[in-house]
Amino acid sequence: MTSSISRREFLKGTSAILTGATMFETRLPTADGAPQENGKDAVRYAEAGPREVVLEVNGVPHAVTVEPQMTVAEILRGPLGLTGTKIGCDRGACGACTVWVDGAPVLSCTMLAVDLGERKLITIEGLARGGALHPVQSAFIAHDAIQCGFCTPGLVMSCAALLESNRNPTAEDVKAAISGHLCRCGTYPHVIDATLDAAKTSRG
Amino acid sequence: MMVGGDMRTQNHPLGVVPGPLREIERLVPTDEAPPLAANAQLVWIGKPVPRINGRAKVTGAARFTVDVKLPGMLYGRLLRSPHPHARLVALDLAAAQRHPGVRAVLAINETVGRAVEAEEPSATERGKRRVLYVGDVVASVAADTPQAAEAALRLIRAEYEALPFVVDIENARQKDAPVVFERPVHGEGYAGAIAASSPPPQQGNVRGPNRAGSRGNADEGLERSDVIVEAEFRTQVQTHCCLETHAVVADWRADGLTVYMSTQYTAGVRTELARAFGLPLARVRVVVDVMGGGFGSKSGAGNYVRAAVALSRQAGAPVRIVLDREEEQLDSGNRPATVQKIRIGAKRDGTLSAIALDEYGTAGVGLGAGVGFIAQGLYTCENFAIAQSDVFINAGPGCAMRAPGNVPGAFALEQAIDELAEKLGVDPLALRERIDPSPVRREERRLGAARIGWSRRHAPGADSGAIKRGVGMAQSVWSANVHTLASCEVRILRDGSVEILSGVQDIGTGIGTVLAQVVAEELGLRPEDIVVRIGDTDFPPGPPSYGSMTTASLSPPARNASHRALRELLEAVAPELGASPQDLVARDGRISSANGGRSMSFREAAQHIRSERISAVASRSEDYGGFANRFGDMGSARAMLGGVQFAEVAVDVETGIVRVERVVAAQDCGRPMNPKQIESQVQGGILMGVSYALYEKRVIDRHTGHVLNADLEQYKLVRARETPAIELILLENYQGTSATDAYGIAEPSNIATAPAIANAVYNAIGVRVRELPMTPTAIFAALGRIPPQWARA
Repeated sequence: MTSSISRREFLKGTSAILTGATMFETRLPTADGAPQENGKDAVRYAEAGPREVVLEVNGVPHAVTVEPQMTVAEILRGPLGLTGTKIGCDRGACGACTVWVDGAPVLSCTMLAVDLGERKLITIEGLARGGALHPVQSAFIAHDAIQCGFCTPGLVMSCAALLESNRNPTAEDVKAAISGHLCRCGTYPHVIDATLDAAKTSRG
Repeated sequence: MMVGGDMRTQNHPLGVVPGPLREIERLVPTDEAPPLAANAQLVWIGKPVPRINGRAKVTGAARFTVDVKLPGMLYGRLLRSPHPHARLVALDLAAAQRHPGVRAVLAINETVGRAVEAEEPSATERGKRRVLYVGDVVASVAADTPQAAEAALRLIRAEYEALPFVVDIENARQKDAPVVFERPVHGEGYAGAIAASSPPPQQGNVRGPNRAGSRGNADEGLERSDVIVEAEFRTQVQTHCCLETHAVVADWRADGLTVYMSTQYTAGVRTELARAFGLPLARVRVVVDVMGGGFGSKSGAGNYVRAAVALSRQAGAPVRIVLDREEEQLDSGNRPATVQKIRIGAKRDGTLSAIALDEYGTAGVGLGAGVGFIAQGLYTCENFAIAQSDVFINAGPGCAMRAPGNVPGAFALEQAIDELAEKLGVDPLALRERIDPSPVRREERRLGAARIGWSRRHAPGADSGAIKRGVGMAQSVWSANVHTLASCEVRILRDGSVEILSGVQDIGTGIGTVLAQVVAEELGLRPEDIVVRIGDTDFPPGPPSYGSMTTASLSPPARNASHRALRELLEAVAPELGASPQDLVARDGRISSANGGRSMSFREAAQHIRSERISAVASRSEDYGGFANRFGDMGSARAMLGGVQFAEVAVDVETGIVRVERVVAAQDCGRPMNPKQIESQVQGGILMGVSYALYEKRVIDRHTGHVLNADLEQYKLVRARETPAIELILLENYQGTSATDAYGIAEPSNIATAPAIANAVYNAIGVRVRELPMTPTAIFAALGRIPPQWARA
């Protein structure tokens, strides 16, 4: 439907609310604050019109022209052709669009591409190293933590991110890590099993 | 079954594992595959073989419809009504057509998926379409970019004359209510309601009652009862919430139409589009590589698909339409809301003397809100009276959703049966032992009760303190459906590679993996050796993925086609091996003589094929011994599917929050083909049931007619933190009915969850909650802390 509130207004509103607040386990970017803190360049919302930016995605720099209102998810799926990242709700409610920004899981449908600056993106396509799957990916297959598979890339990114920061998670930790995700097929039990198993495998 | 073809008899395993198995003799077509042993003796069937497209799905490589991008593809959008009821008095497309980048703009004059007024509108009304709900489609645009399409939508000038509307089921039944349909309507309902032989009466917004399915004399039965339970139950509108919204890319060309679509039924969509656009079937192709959930809502070629095709024809370029989440919530189907007044009479010994069900429900501007199927068939009762009515309101049409009818129906019936048990002073399980004729469910009750610890169950409301725990159970029944047009082709190529091809779509339940298992079992190969090519109407037509019938319909022809292809291969290599074809077996990648002697690899054997390849096509025949019912291209097996679920809950009476802590599900699906995938499906069915029981509800503002939670933030779904421990007890139920003896599980696993939770909530707090969802407000209302009307939006 034609929305009465534009994405830009929505994001402006939420970023103000979210500065300094933790809202979801899958963190929203603090679009205004973060770039200033680390001194990297950020494009201000006020500067309208398309611009050329260089995004580092899965270790590869991409020069792309972006409109200021375009989200990271749109850029990934559109000009970059990385369609593994899914858009389920386009407003941060379902987690299907989760990618890593500087290693942290972020909802790419609520982050503007112009705000990425030099931060590094990892998407589902970049999680496997060479031909070798990430332990979470292998465990998802082994435990059948997949049904239709539409929410799966986002879930994999959040579960893999959890293992980066917590080598020994409990089932409650996994539930917390994926609490921002929706899976209508109901794969949560197998996702939890798979992630705990992947943690075990990773610890060796 | 083919009449007049050559037949022979063979013996099949019969019975329920873990019990002892017997054998049953079946008359089968001569070229049918030999009987399949019980799972314990098989290599791949019945084993937890990993999903064949698992790697594609965890790496992001899987191509969903939303990922399809064709050269020159345009972006389509739909203009939707902002009014719940209005006459469209003018529609000016000119400004939109002139907008840069816009390639086609079309008015939408006819829509599908809802009830249709039988009589032609008068000449003055023609051309002045009425829109019937917020989100009803009015026009469509296609443009070079999504931005241009969006801009064009805003440039369409639609003038409406607002009409009175009604969005509330109770108000809609009043005599002076605004009327949604002024003339008698027709249209298709779907499973759940028992079909009426002639159209029921229609007055105002009420179409009914439909009394089809009644038997005996319920009034007399109730009079002769020693005990009567009478109660009213209410269920809400639930939406499908597929993570991949409805999506299509239509590519109209001079030589034919190709449609990439997230659909549950490629063959059905092909037929619909061929009819709608006057094309021969051979000129329509429907493709779906991977689809992101359907749950009943993606069965047909809906308005968005027809719009995309029309735009593509007009613009001469492929057109993509992907609904956004708000459109999805407003206009892609839903599970109808119901109000069910149920009366059950019983003799002192528990024997049921009558069941009377008065139900009205609303599928918005659609038909099919009935729920009678489960009350009609679950228990032995000679007197059954049913009266079901559809109530029209100005809201998006309902459609089939995972076990349509039975899910709301079970919520009422299974609570009422528990109430009856209490009135009779017997345990709910003991009452069901008396009235439930199914030997399979008897076994399921026994196993499930032992696992949940039923004997520990306390009296209702016995816990002191704020957190009250309870245990409850409920049962399900679902028809074991089969589609007889289901077909596939198995090919053995000269290098020993093997393909199976079928139009069937994998909606996430894993049919491709099951097909690989079946072919591998028959050919003595590994599932990973089998190339599975599905989701394309260029292949032999597959069954629909609804009605829990995909595996039941397609696994037998997959086995028969494999068997026939193998027989041809064995005939080709028999001379080389110095044996007769009948003595050769395919196992562990080799062809060898059953009596010892020479052998060769499958690959080597394939080199003896005298043509480019061996190909065998097979279709689903009727069950061995016949179907119980046959309707069109569908049939249902003699034995129904069952399932018994037990739930353990904790209710915080200070906050009103219900937590489901544990669910034990004892389920059957004939021969389980892949227990891991079945476990996934059952978990999904239970979680959808938990979500239905506690969280989900579409809310419409009575004053504006707008849905207040057409999103995924305010429309609440179960998430990981609310996920209970789920334990599956999966029965093997051999009936000797087909080459695989397999049936479905998706829908049966979704039926008993909400009533099991409701019965557990009663056991916890000692008060019945007769309305869904069981939110804190509903709990407070049940406990008498707040007026009941506060709990009703």
